[in-house]
Amino acid sequence: MQYDKLLNRTLAQLPPSGIRRFFDIANEMEEVISLSVGEPDFATPWHIRQAGIRNLEEGKTWYTPNAGLIALRQEISRYVQKETGVAYDPKTEVLVTVGGSEAIDLALRALINPGDEVLVPQPSFVCYDPLARLSGAVTVPLITKAQDGFRLTAEALRAAITPRTKVLVFPFPNNPTGAVMRREHLEQIADVLRGTDIVVLTDEIYSSLTYGDQPHVSIVSLPGMAERCLYINGFSKAFAMTGWRMGYLCGPAPLMKQIIKLHQFALMCAPTTAQHAAIEALRNGEDDVLHMRAEYDGRRRLIVDGLNRLGLTCFEPEGAFYVFPSVAVTGLSSEEFCTRLLQEQHVAVVPGPAFGACGEGFVRISYCYSIDHIREALRRIEIFLRSFR
Amino acid sequence: MDSLLKLLDKNARLSDAQLAAMLGRSEAEVTEQLAALEKSGVIRAYKALIDWDKTDREYVTAIIELRVTPRKDLGFEAIAETVAGFEEVESVYLMSGGYDLSVHVTGRTFQEVAMFVSRRLATLDSVVSTATHFVLRRYKDSGVVYQGQRKDERGVF
Repeated sequence: MQYDKLLNRTLAQLPPSGIRRFFDIANEMEEVISLSVGEPDFATPWHIRQAGIRNLEEGKTWYTPNAGLIALRQEISRYVQKETGVAYDPKTEVLVTVGGSEAIDLALRALINPGDEVLVPQPSFVCYDPLARLSGAVTVPLITKAQDGFRLTAEALRAAITPRTKVLVFPFPNNPTGAVMRREHLEQIADVLRGTDIVVLTDEIYSSLTYGDQPHVSIVSLPGMAERCLYINGFSKAFAMTGWRMGYLCGPAPLMKQIIKLHQFALMCAPTTAQHAAIEALRNGEDDVLHMRAEYDGRRRLIVDGLNRLGLTCFEPEGAFYVFPSVAVTGLSSEEFCTRLLQEQHVAVVPGPAFGACGEGFVRISYCYSIDHIREALRRIEIFLRSFR
Repeated sequence: MDSLLKLLDKNARLSDAQLAAMLGRSEAEVTEQLAALEKSGVIRAYKALIDWDKTDREYVTAIIELRVTPRKDLGFEAIAETVAGFEEVESVYLMSGGYDLSVHVTGRTFQEVAMFVSRRLATLDSVVSTATHFVLRRYKDSGVVYQGQRKDERGVF
């Protein structure tokens, strides 16, 4: 059989994730110091794991309601209201999803008609563009620049809007740049969006990991925005629960009704055990989040300082757990830099273009690693950079 | 000050520059604060945690429960200082509960430690009794896990 002819053409033509490919090379080498993962190095806090264990011991292993356990949806609603001021109705406006990724997929599939345009700020997480394309949309990249702190500007947004624009993906705090949108930046974006029919898909999976004195501000909290936003968050990054696959989506009831229908056909419900653990996370996990954030903050400062000293200029990331330094000082492309760093010093980082073509000239470095690991990596990067002096 | 100590408590090998970066302070500031902490005795020493079982050094540790008669005017201070004076003694704690001093003693062999206890500690004037417990295996010490190697099993996404 000619399998390539059987496959969905859009899918078959999608290039594989640039992160994955690079990791496969690194994986075959010995003594590699990796700074490439995108998940916490902490294990899920013990009391949260225990809640999962308790659920298994009790044998409550059936499906939950399609939208998720009502107790969990109530906790999510309460948490989101505390964070954003917006009160989503747990019965009709909250959906528990299999990670934030499912929420992105559902939202796009539920909204897109063929030819609709989806605005995707880049650099950003690898899944938006493929999922948008698979849903039949045309992806329109919105390039964010280092000189703007990798924030989306109102001008760039306004210039990209056409009558076909359906969705704005809004990925802040940002993977891979660590950029955050503060209230003053959000207000300018909101001014452009009010009065349009554009739906904002705001992916706030890193909202708990915002550093500095100012807390994260969600775009849904601005006047007139909640009605045009689908709000995505989850447990993976904040509670170190990546493998549990727990995310959620909140939005206006008429949209959520259709999205929940889609989720029901595709997934039935999110994993039951993980939902029980997630309830515990929201009820008693706040201190864990604060503790882990303080840890990341120290590492963030250490690595930003270290890279800047080495001449890999890096804008200070204010969120998530990545830094996105420029490799211009070496004269190498991102790909060459990563390949040579891996071959010569056995340090794995991810080339910027994996997150959109405009990531060229940058690399993503994760600091989900111990202080000792980070110090050793910096030491090796320093040796590597000597050959460019 | 507190956050500086917390960082050092976990890793004393961070340079002043690295500590300064992590705390958002200047390097000179950190150097000065460290000097003050050392001078005032808040920081007593910087040392490595070594798993001697992985080396060829002969090394045993015992925890000795010491019951003593406190002196009228000095309480436990005098005997504690005497015990702490021995080079073989790694740590001395005054305890609540069933005995008075917990003494951690190291030596090359069980025999050597046992002899030290019977000759040096048991014979001290205020010591009423000793009970020696040898450490068979160290699972965790000073917050550091000693058994097994934690492998990073994370993939990349």
